[in-house]
Amino acid sequence: MKLTTIARDVTYTCLFFMSTLMITNASVAATDINKYLRPAEIPQPSNNLITESRIELGKMLFFDPRLSGSNWISCATCHNPALGWSDGLPTAIGHGQKVLGRSTPTILNTAYQPLQFWDGRARSLEKQALGPIESAGEMAQSIGKSEGKLQSLIDELSALKGYRDAFEKAYPGEGITKKTIAKAIASFERTIVSTDSPFDLWIKGEKHAMNDAALRGFKVFEGKGNCVKCHNGFNFTDNGFHNIGLKDASDAGRYAIRKVKILIGAFKTPTLRDVALTAPYMHNGAYKTLEEVVDHYDRGGVTKENLSPNITKLNLTAREKSDLVEFLKSLTGAPNPITYPVLPTE
Amino acid sequence: MNRYVYILSLFICWAAVFSSTVYADEFIVAQNNKTFKKDGKKIESITIKKGDTIRFKNEDPFFHNIFSLSDLKTFDLGSFPKGQSKTVVFDKAGTVEVECAIHPEMYMEVTIE
Repeated sequence: MKLTTIARDVTYTCLFFMSTLMITNASVAATDINKYLRPAEIPQPSNNLITESRIELGKMLFFDPRLSGSNWISCATCHNPALGWSDGLPTAIGHGQKVLGRSTPTILNTAYQPLQFWDGRARSLEKQALGPIESAGEMAQSIGKSEGKLQSLIDELSALKGYRDAFEKAYPGEGITKKTIAKAIASFERTIVSTDSPFDLWIKGEKHAMNDAALRGFKVFEGKGNCVKCHNGFNFTDNGFHNIGLKDASDAGRYAIRKVKILIGAFKTPTLRDVALTAPYMHNGAYKTLEEVVDHYDRGGVTKENLSPNITKLNLTAREKSDLVEFLKSLTGAPNPITYPVLPTE
Repeated sequence: MNRYVYILSLFICWAAVFSSTVYADEFIVAQNNKTFKKDGKKIESITIKKGDTIRFKNEDPFFHNIFSLSDLKTFDLGSFPKGQSKTVVFDKAGTVEVECAIHPEMYMEVTIE
């Protein structure tokens, strides 16, 4: 009788500990998954809250080639919605067909990024927006002051009633200025956000939203692949800067902005949202496919000098690599349809 | 007379060493969830005294690289993983901006009185 009581007590104690462990594990898993959930709201600065008229104006400016010195290149020339808001090229082509040094980053989900450009030199979308317009290599446009025959952007826009009205509606009393041009473009860009991908549907509970290979790939992503060290959170980026050991190490990257040794050749961790749509990959377009990208990380990078300590040889099996690619593809949703604006001509 | 000067010099040296070692404090600033934290709370500034030390301790499961390019105090602690810490002595009065090179949203100001 005594032995039976002891056995019963031991059993109950074991059951108690097991259930406690199960609850703990379940909550850890839930917490881990929650980090990938979409934030409740799109971040926006208090001095430039998103409104319909601001989005509409920003969209007109974004698609208007008159924003360039040649009147031939718009923001959308490189940030093409049909190509994942990028251009499908290894590196961008700018003013006068000049091939530039870095690839065109997608503008998808830039609203969630604290720093803009590959080297993070702009601390907001408003600060970023004017950079490519004024850059001699990119859109080569003078914004503020007409110089000889070269009409400034403000003068060009001010000559058109359609733009005068649109600016007044979006930013009453503020006029057509560098600041309002930047604010309008930033407002439009904040609306370019990813849609629910198979992965998002899966974390919301749709068990069959991801195939088995993608599910195995998720485990590799978080485990042996070590990808999550840099690609984490809803936007699959730490918003940080890393030298990932590409073959061509000639670009100083973030080091040009912050003279700290670890930043030599370091670039911003890009989002993985809609990554299947944004080939080629890396800041210099070094890889054409996601398979090539996974191979790069599997061998621990090519150039070892100043390599991020997060990058190590992975020794992934062929199946683990193909699973990882399947998982990456599961981060791509059906893009929101976009309609082109009719631009003012008078 | 010379003996008194000698003893007085020794006393001044001893006092200088004593004041800079015994009265200098060490503050632990953790890198946790990509923020700077003191006693478990996020901080964006800290006030210390001249000669005090800050121990930067990484509690995140990834590397951090704490640095400052401020004129008053320039340092680069290099990258270090979870569980490791590195110290900086702030020996001049003024303000020093401290950041993480890898995660630029991590920023704090150290005011040295």
